[in-house]
Amino acid sequence: MTAQATVSPAVPPAPPPAVRRRPRERLPRFVLPVVGVAVAAGLYLVFRGTATLPHDDGAAPFLFLNDVRDWVDDNRNENPLFLYLINYLRLGIGGLFDAVSAGLHALPWPALIALTAAAGWLAGGRRVALVAGLGFASFGVLGVFAASVDTLALTLTAVLLSLLVGLPLGVWAGRSRRVRRLITPALDVMQIMPTFAYLGPMVLFFQIGPASATVATMIYSIPPAIRITALAVEQVSPTAIEASVSLGATRWQTLRKVHLPMARRTITLAVNQTIMMALSMVVIAALIAAPGLGSDIIRGLSRANVGVMLPAGLAIVFMGIALDRLVMATAAPRSPRRSRYGAAGVLAAAGIGLSFVLPAEYPESWEWRIGPPVDDAVRWMQSAWYDVTEAIKNIATEGLLNPLQNLLTSSPWWLVALAVLVLAWRVSGAVPAFTALGCLLAVALLGLWEHSMETLTTVLVAVVLTLLAGLALGVAAARHPRYAALQRPLLDAAQTMPAFIYLLPALALFGTTRFTAVFASVVYAVPPVVRLVEDGIKGVPQTVVEAALSSGSTTRQLLWKVQFPMARRAILLAANQGIVMTLAMVVVGGLVGAGGLGFDVVSGFSQSSDFGMGFAAGAATVLLGIMLDRITQGAERRPSPQQQKMRIA
Amino acid sequence: MRIGSRVRLLAGVLTLGLAVTACGGARVADGTNSTAQPSPGGASAPAAAGTVRLAVNPWVGYEASAAVVAHLLKDKLGYTVELKELKEQVSWEGFETGEVDVIIENWGHDDLKKKFIEEKKVAVEAGSTGNKGVIGWYVPQWMVDKYPGITDYRNLNKYAELFKTSESGGKGQLLFGDPSYVSNEEAIIKNLKLNYKVVTGGSEAALIQSATQAQEQQKALLFYFWDPHWLFSRTKLARVNLPPYTEGCDTDPKKVACDYAELDLDKIVSKRFADSGGKAYQLVKNFTWTNEDQNAVANDITNNGMSAEDAAKKWIDANPAKWQAWLPA
Repeated sequence: MTAQATVSPAVPPAPPPAVRRRPRERLPRFVLPVVGVAVAAGLYLVFRGTATLPHDDGAAPFLFLNDVRDWVDDNRNENPLFLYLINYLRLGIGGLFDAVSAGLHALPWPALIALTAAAGWLAGGRRVALVAGLGFASFGVLGVFAASVDTLALTLTAVLLSLLVGLPLGVWAGRSRRVRRLITPALDVMQIMPTFAYLGPMVLFFQIGPASATVATMIYSIPPAIRITALAVEQVSPTAIEASVSLGATRWQTLRKVHLPMARRTITLAVNQTIMMALSMVVIAALIAAPGLGSDIIRGLSRANVGVMLPAGLAIVFMGIALDRLVMATAAPRSPRRSRYGAAGVLAAAGIGLSFVLPAEYPESWEWRIGPPVDDAVRWMQSAWYDVTEAIKNIATEGLLNPLQNLLTSSPWWLVALAVLVLAWRVSGAVPAFTALGCLLAVALLGLWEHSMETLTTVLVAVVLTLLAGLALGVAAARHPRYAALQRPLLDAAQTMPAFIYLLPALALFGTTRFTAVFASVVYAVPPVVRLVEDGIKGVPQTVVEAALSSGSTTRQLLWKVQFPMARRAILLAANQGIVMTLAMVVVGGLVGAGGLGFDVVSGFSQSSDFGMGFAAGAATVLLGIMLDRITQGAERRPSPQQQKMRIA
Repeated sequence: MRIGSRVRLLAGVLTLGLAVTACGGARVADGTNSTAQPSPGGASAPAAAGTVRLAVNPWVGYEASAAVVAHLLKDKLGYTVELKELKEQVSWEGFETGEVDVIIENWGHDDLKKKFIEEKKVAVEAGSTGNKGVIGWYVPQWMVDKYPGITDYRNLNKYAELFKTSESGGKGQLLFGDPSYVSNEEAIIKNLKLNYKVVTGGSEAALIQSATQAQEQQKALLFYFWDPHWLFSRTKLARVNLPPYTEGCDTDPKKVACDYAELDLDKIVSKRFADSGGKAYQLVKNFTWTNEDQNAVANDITNNGMSAEDAAKKWIDANPAKWQAWLPA
């Protein structure tokens, strides 16, 4: 899924990377970092175990938040803010969901499949019709038709509302620099925020149910709608606008007749992204009683049963692919063909006709029960590979996770803060460094220092593994076009899958431990990293490569001395993306034994006495995310033109 | 614009489809999710359209009870049943929002009873399930034979070294289940000054898997578990004796230093459902069975490759006398 691989507003193209080698005597480049590390190590040895901030379930901020919750609970039906605004919002959104859901459920299953296929035919012809039809038919085959329709209804509701709010805002932001500057930071935060963190506040204001699930989904899926639309509108050729204005068109006419048509393709992309984001969030929203497929996935997670989860997981993937092809097809310019209307009409009519013949519920005998065989396979795998998976898990846990966690939790808080400040300053500059520091201190004030350090450990280990894998695969793909062609569809598929799906194989292989979360996040974050690395290396001008080769460098030298340095921005961007995605996944990993903040969030909506802690942990994950983003954003602030293009695509 | 007309046509087709087939499935959306003004009169009846929303909490014993009740509601009384996979506390909140009509197996939760039954008046008790439930700490039987006195909490610190794992940070590990389960673990460890750390396995399945492995492969394990459970008939487990439960020893969650009480597991339903649930409510109220009944169904679900629905059907076919007594006259 391309969670963060969306667009940040255009930044003026950077000047060509200047080679800063002054002919002045300087210390070798490695001296400063080495001294820094040595000083930190010395300080650690001296002050180890002092000024740590151990976790306390009864910390003051948690209790305060519990009180807030109690207050809201008591005043939900008296306070005017709730009476006249929030409760109405809840009712309205819930009502919309009920209407959409009732509409979809009223369609008999053959009609729904056929109508989707017909829409596919209209949008893009036979192939899209086939993909869309088969995608929706798979819900029945997998035995989760009703739940899929619930999920579809929730997704459509959230997407509808997101677009209703997001597109106008996007158009506005595209035309006004000031608006853009105003909303960009908010969007930044919304995109860094791990999905899990929304759920606590949602329950507080909207209680459980479809309405709060819809709002949570909207928060997650609106940023791409706004960003991509803004970018699309902004990129409309100034000459076209000039021409329109000089012909006497009003602002409104220019918007409708010039801006929107010319930005159509990109806006379709915004719609598509919004749908994909929404799909991945509706699953997580099952934790706050959203109906649909997510419920099966939660059930499977809580029973450590892959067979229960897999049909639901596959259905979501197929739904994602079907909707993706459907929406993207509407963007492709095509000549109108009468025959297409005819074919679509026939298809729709056939489906509606069939629904009178076929049983009203999808017949059970046409289902393909994949649960039991999958369970058998998983059981076999668990016992056959037990030694291998145990060894991997133990090596990673004892060799990486435990030492690093010990280091971070036994360091004085000021030392960690100092390290973050220095590191961020060096990589990204003073302002991001102080932002990062502020976030870290806020985490400490929330009373979640120790758990944040645990989460940070998991994230760091996962990021290192992700980058190693991503670099290896990305370099391989850049070097061997045939391998790249093989890998690309896999990456495409991986990026359309909602985050939750990645917990499945991790859980099957490693049970519930911290390493499970690490494994899941690596699998989740590798695809975009591979892509960024591959594109970065391919972006190195051919002439430069030729020059290096003709002056006799080996492939290894070419890679280390030319390609990596020149693709540095792309690689740093990959690191940044990798970190944000890993954090999101590690937090979700709280469901499969990851501990740390993710577990606090899970407890927060599992035990009422832990509500405050969960709420605070949600906030802490956001702060941690901003901190990590600021530390690594040195690359992001100055993306090169080709990266920008890539981030849109 | 081409795209415009295409979209319009699409909308047309969809509308037409809706119009043609509106008479197909008669699934009426419920309008009961009103929180703005919880209507005390119960004007919005959940069961009017014949739908019962049954919360399913994450352990298999619960699932067994829920599956049997759901099957009877569907098959014998013709209701539609929505099974909602929810954690315990969230289920209670569902009484208020209309997401949940029935919790079929409630473990104590006096605080929630006070809040939702006494204060908010959105839920009511619907009697015992007939199951006796008790939570406790367990070790595999082989440890009892090898380490005398291990089932006495006073000796736990002596054996803490045995229970160390990569996740327990130098202390003994006490393996816990789903984070939503009823728990006094942290307080007990702290108040009895035990050198242990609670490690959350995340699910019932994790507990079962670890317990089975521990007994089969003679590995040390101290874990949180509960009766009724089918596992006791398959794996030999021994309960650790914490200071015995006395009335009120668990009132202050921070000061608990005693074992869990034996609970009479009961059913909780939403006020609306109690007022206007009709036959469905009667059935839920009458439902009562033994720990053996529940274990049989739970065992089929977990170990005999049956879906909850099939396992429930098997029990129903085998025990007509029992469930016929639950059906409303």
